[in-house]
Amino acid sequence: MKLKQLEGLLGSLQQFETPKIELEQYPTGPHIASRLLYTVVADFGCGCGTLGLAAGLLGAEHVIGFDIDAESIEIASLNADELELDMDFIQCDIRNLRLSDRAIDTVVMNPPFGTRKKGADMDFLSMALKVASGAVYSLHKTTTRDHIKRTALREYNASSAEVLSELRFDVPQLYKFHKKKEVDVAVDLWRFVPNNNRPKHL
Amino acid sequence: MRLLTHNMLSSNIKGVTNGFPLRIEVEKVVEKEVDLNMDFLRNMFAKIEWKALVEASRTMGYSELPDDAESSMLDSDEFLRKFHHALLELHLEEGALVCPETGRKFPVNKGIPNMLLHEDEV
Repeated sequence: MKLKQLEGLLGSLQQFETPKIELEQYPTGPHIASRLLYTVVADFGCGCGTLGLAAGLLGAEHVIGFDIDAESIEIASLNADELELDMDFIQCDIRNLRLSDRAIDTVVMNPPFGTRKKGADMDFLSMALKVASGAVYSLHKTTTRDHIKRTALREYNASSAEVLSELRFDVPQLYKFHKKKEVDVAVDLWRFVPNNNRPKHL
Repeated sequence: MRLLTHNMLSSNIKGVTNGFPLRIEVEKVVEKEVDLNMDFLRNMFAKIEWKALVEASRTMGYSELPDDAESSMLDSDEFLRKFHHALLELHLEEGALVCPETGRKFPVNKGIPNMLLHEDEV
């Protein structure tokens, strides 16, 4: 089956109307799904492994999860075992990761939004665009849309940056500082394509 | 951690210029069988650092890979199987990855390398 055909079929599938974050429902766009086959996928800030494992379920040949937190990786590891999927994990700070050029086809990520550590979202995006040879799929707050687009295209060497869809996350009262029972956060699902003509470095 | 992952990792210590490939110290290797995907292997062959893969697989106890390889060898089923085995079926469970320039060890536990740097290495 050709890529375009697969994309077409997947594009006609019904998606979540109101995704629930507690069930970690993330609609996977037809672009993502069709490009995941025969590929090496990296999940930056993998947490408990949801996106990376989704890639594995969709047929990505090799998936690597990166996270700074050992406990999250432990959980992700258990999740991978549950699903009988092979997924490698690396514990590291995304800002000083060094990977070979063209090793990763696709980066998928739901990075920190930068509400606690300012600029965290941009650190992740910058590294993702350095490392991916095919595409980067990422989630960022809708309020940062213009800034993200500008920075990706001008500074991070993206040849294209488009919002595939806008989602609303219901964030339940998870932390002690959360005052409300739940809050709606508007989130963009982005696809960035790196500019492959740039000179690369390790 | 599979050797495919090892093949793309470099030492991330500040100032290191020859951080690839990371040397491997083995304490425990686990072998897990996975289906062979020819298209994937062909795709990966072009991107892999062959010498690093050969050295790493030998350290892990597998010496079937030839010193040199070229794409015409992908036509051989036997070669494909060996390439597949080394790349995807050997897992470093316990041990360490060692920076070739500084000798600094990155521990590997339960298959997960810890590449977090100390403050003076950033």
